[in-house]
Amino acid sequence: MSTSTTKSAFRDGFLQGLPFLLVIAPFGLLFGVVGSEAGLNVAQVMGFSFLVIAGAAQFTAVQLMTENAPVILILAAALTVNLRMAMYSASLVPYLGAAPLWQRALAAYLSVDQVYAASILRYQERTEPLPARIAFFFGVAAPLVPVWYGTTWAGAALGAQVPEAMALDFALPITFLAMLGPALRTLPHVAAAMVSAVMAVVLAGLPTGIGLLIAALCALLTGAAVETWQERRA
Amino acid sequence: MSFSDGQIWGIIVALGVGTFLMRFSFLGLIGDRPLPPFVLKLLRYTPVAVFPGLVAPLVMSPAATGGTPDPARLAAAVATLAVGVLTRSVLWAILAGAATLYGLLWLLG
Repeated sequence: MSTSTTKSAFRDGFLQGLPFLLVIAPFGLLFGVVGSEAGLNVAQVMGFSFLVIAGAAQFTAVQLMTENAPVILILAAALTVNLRMAMYSASLVPYLGAAPLWQRALAAYLSVDQVYAASILRYQERTEPLPARIAFFFGVAAPLVPVWYGTTWAGAALGAQVPEAMALDFALPITFLAMLGPALRTLPHVAAAMVSAVMAVVLAGLPTGIGLLIAALCALLTGAAVETWQERRA
Repeated sequence: MSFSDGQIWGIIVALGVGTFLMRFSFLGLIGDRPLPPFVLKLLRYTPVAVFPGLVAPLVMSPAATGGTPDPARLAAAVATLAVGVLTRSVLWAILAGAATLYGLLWLLG
């Protein structure tokens, strides 16, 4: 295992992280604006982006805080939004499970959606030694995480001066759809994606996060079932 | 909002710890013990099982328009996905989505 492979994996990761800046930056800005308009001070807004580092859950929490919801409900709702992170964690085990504990802990902290998506795509496409896989993961996170902190701060500082016409709300859907396209590689992938989308819309009335969890579990089973069916036919 | 500074920080720290524990869960506890083949087969589909479910409700009823489907946002969603599938490039997909969104918002103004 040479250092140069590890270095080039980090560089590959860094380069593949860069496009996500186009969505991370507006999303961070939007969180800063929404957080400060909700009445949080700059340190608290930054506390969210630094400690929680999960945009969708942060928005959920702040929204419920402005409605003066009970603390327990705020925590339950925001953590439910993040249940998908446990699925990410499980799916990373075959690739990163053998890494030292501190690297797994750091990877866990950094496993925001975009870092996870870029890394798992790479792991499924090519076989690499463990240090290269870890380096790629940290490489993707390297440009994204500092910009997430920075744009959150900028949004909190600028506040209401960010115009609504920027339609920042749609940065989140665009980032997930952009990650989805390249991942639709085979029939089982497409089938799983369709089940997930349909189920999530049908279950949209359930508390945030629960519908997604059920939809995702059904989609996992669909993907595995279609794959098994294909193997039997072949 | 009517929370004290202490309560706000309590919420932030609790969410931070809870989110980290979910991210660390399997990666931290299972480590390099082998997973059963069926579980591995299921987990292969994690990204395509999560992303569409996360995004579909946001596309069908965006909060910014009060929940009514919006032509600019729908078209941007289709453009992002289509370009992502065709080019296999996240960058082109994002650019296509952003261009469609801003172009149509401006045209339909």
